[in-house]
Amino acid sequence: MSEEIIKDVIVRENEDYIINMGPQHPSTHGVLRFEVCLKGETVKYLIPHIGYIHRGIEKMSEAITYQQVIHLTDRMDYLSAHINNEAVCMVVEEAMQVEVPERVKYIRTILDELNRIASHQLWWCAFGMDLGALTAFFYGLRDREQILDIFEESFGSRLLHSFNTPGGLMHDVHPNFQKRTKEFITYFRKKLPEYDQLLTGNIIFQERAKGVGYMSREKAIAYGVTGPSGRGSNLACDIRKIAPYGAYDKVQFDEILMTEGDTFARYQVRMAEMWESLKIIEQLIDNIPEGDFTAKMKPIIKLPVGEYFKRVETARGELAVYVVSDGNKSPYRVKFRSPNFSNLFVMNELAAGGKIADLVAISGSLDLVIPDIDR
Amino acid sequence: MLNKQELSEIILKMVPEATFPEGTQLTEVIVPAEKILALAEGLKNNKETAFDYLISLTAVDFTTNMTVVYHLDSTQFRHLIVLKVVLTDRENPLVDSVSPVWATAEFHEREVFDLFGIRFNNHPNLKRLFLEDDYGFPLRKDFRDEINIIER
Amino acid sequence: MGIGIKSMEYEDFGDNESLELLKKTGGNVFLSSIDSLLNWGRSNSIWPLTFATSCCGIEMMAAGASRHDFARFGIEVYRASPRQADVIVVAGTIVHKMVPVLKRLYDQMPDPKYVIAMGACAVSGGPFFYNSYSVVRGVDHVIPVDVYIPGCPPRPEALLYGVMQLQRKIKGESISSPTETDTDKLL
Repeated sequence: MSEEIIKDVIVRENEDYIINMGPQHPSTHGVLRFEVCLKGETVKYLIPHIGYIHRGIEKMSEAITYQQVIHLTDRMDYLSAHINNEAVCMVVEEAMQVEVPERVKYIRTILDELNRIASHQLWWCAFGMDLGALTAFFYGLRDREQILDIFEESFGSRLLHSFNTPGGLMHDVHPNFQKRTKEFITYFRKKLPEYDQLLTGNIIFQERAKGVGYMSREKAIAYGVTGPSGRGSNLACDIRKIAPYGAYDKVQFDEILMTEGDTFARYQVRMAEMWESLKIIEQLIDNIPEGDFTAKMKPIIKLPVGEYFKRVETARGELAVYVVSDGNKSPYRVKFRSPNFSNLFVMNELAAGGKIADLVAISGSLDLVIPDIDR
Repeated sequence: MLNKQELSEIILKMVPEATFPEGTQLTEVIVPAEKILALAEGLKNNKETAFDYLISLTAVDFTTNMTVVYHLDSTQFRHLIVLKVVLTDRENPLVDSVSPVWATAEFHEREVFDLFGIRFNNHPNLKRLFLEDDYGFPLRKDFRDEINIIER
Repeated sequence: MGIGIKSMEYEDFGDNESLELLKKTGGNVFLSSIDSLLNWGRSNSIWPLTFATSCCGIEMMAAGASRHDFARFGIEVYRASPRQADVIVVAGTIVHKMVPVLKRLYDQMPDPKYVIAMGACAVSGGPFFYNSYSVVRGVDHVIPVDVYIPGCPPRPEALLYGVMQLQRKIKGESISSPTETDTDKLL
């Protein structure tokens, strides 16, 4: 099916050897298939094939209510589930012109940042494991369990919470929430230097990551690469700074930018973001105002006729939600602009000319979650 | 950062047939299908607008027509704009591809072709992305699949 | 006498009756010493294939990490190649485009092989049961399943319980009628 010449520069020669990586592969982090054309050990070009987890979430959303759509957005990028839920909730709240209480904004931002740390921890485990450092897997997951304990105490579920609802939260957080979060901050501040000792300063890891997969700033803009992958190439694209939502305008934090644009730069951006997230949580955790945990909403939500658009910063980039409403209780059309969809297709430009081992390192540093690509 | 008034003036100089609907959340522009490529290049290369980042390219099926919606952003000025192209032909909808202007458009247009059936002229590789070759176009409003969809 | 596992009480296993009935009535099931040796070996070292499509994969990884360690149940390593694996834990949604791939992986595994359907999507289609045009409603439309684990996603402890149930099922087998359950005798 894909036998014809795709672009003018790609020409099949006699020594070309085409292999499939995936869809079942330990390193692709989901069902993604790369059709890789090799000459010896060097990659000439690669073509990603997707669609192995396409569940039709956008079509399903046209038959269910807005509160039910939130449960489906959990399952798109499941490592930033809380942030995905918040995007849909904010679209509905802005369209109905509902003002959420301050308490809700603070709690949503704290949970967003905890979710971001948990997602980066899992990225770190998987990245180390791909490059052969299996110890990183156990260290990261050990610390991630502490965050999941906090989530479980308040919501009852570890991974897919659906705690946000239009107007606020489903119910109030557990009374122990503040104490346990503060304990976690002190615990994790001691553990993060261990991550640097284990992997960042390791000479083998640096040889495999420095200079590999260089992405220039113009290429990042042309392909729409956002999130930590874009910030590793000096592109300032943090939605928390450009269009702040929640309680982000009340905290001080830095946007991490690196100029080298290679795998090691993207790695360093994510490690530094974990420190910044701890700073944000620390500024908010003692000042949560008292109040309601939700604004008053009708049980059946109908948006006024029109089109609405909202962007948030997930752990992987910019998620945009575009809703077209015709006044009914189901949306007429929902489009999720997922960050991983744009981040994936820059792989051909980055991996061409390198070795197979570099391909694994590059796809690990772009931090792809495949159900988000296919929705 | 430019506001809606200034953006409309710049766009009217490039494409005099553009119309601007009122009462929307973001600045919206409706252009005819043959002018979209010229407008895209103009908006990207103009020094005052500098729309170099395509956020998303999607389509909506209003039953009488299909609309292709482009959300644009500028990394320099951070102003947003929405371009819309209205296609009335449902049998063979056709519009120019903007992939020479923004590289990411190539893949968004493949997704629109896969789910809606809208074809793009001069696209480098117009193939389906998620679904099999002989499946219909699921996101159209008149799509029915008796076997696979269990309705509630 | 029940088929037990050391360190867990017989009464703590739910749904024991069908396994006991199977052992009493199905075919020539009698446990000789050869059978008990083989079943002990097979059940205590099940090596799974790395196959995770979506969110349940994260809980499977968490079950293998240090808090809920499942290496102590015999799942020492994950094998990347189906030729070397014993069990395939289908964790995540299966879509029409993925079905030929899954069938081919299952066919490539050598006997005796087992299948665990983990998560609501693999059991019955899960949250995507209604209104989706591409989801297969349950992986047992494609391959025969031994153990179903519900949950969305199931906790790691639920996966461990599912693996223990699979171990009990393996201990009830015999080399004279391997992996064939004679369901007519049950009715």
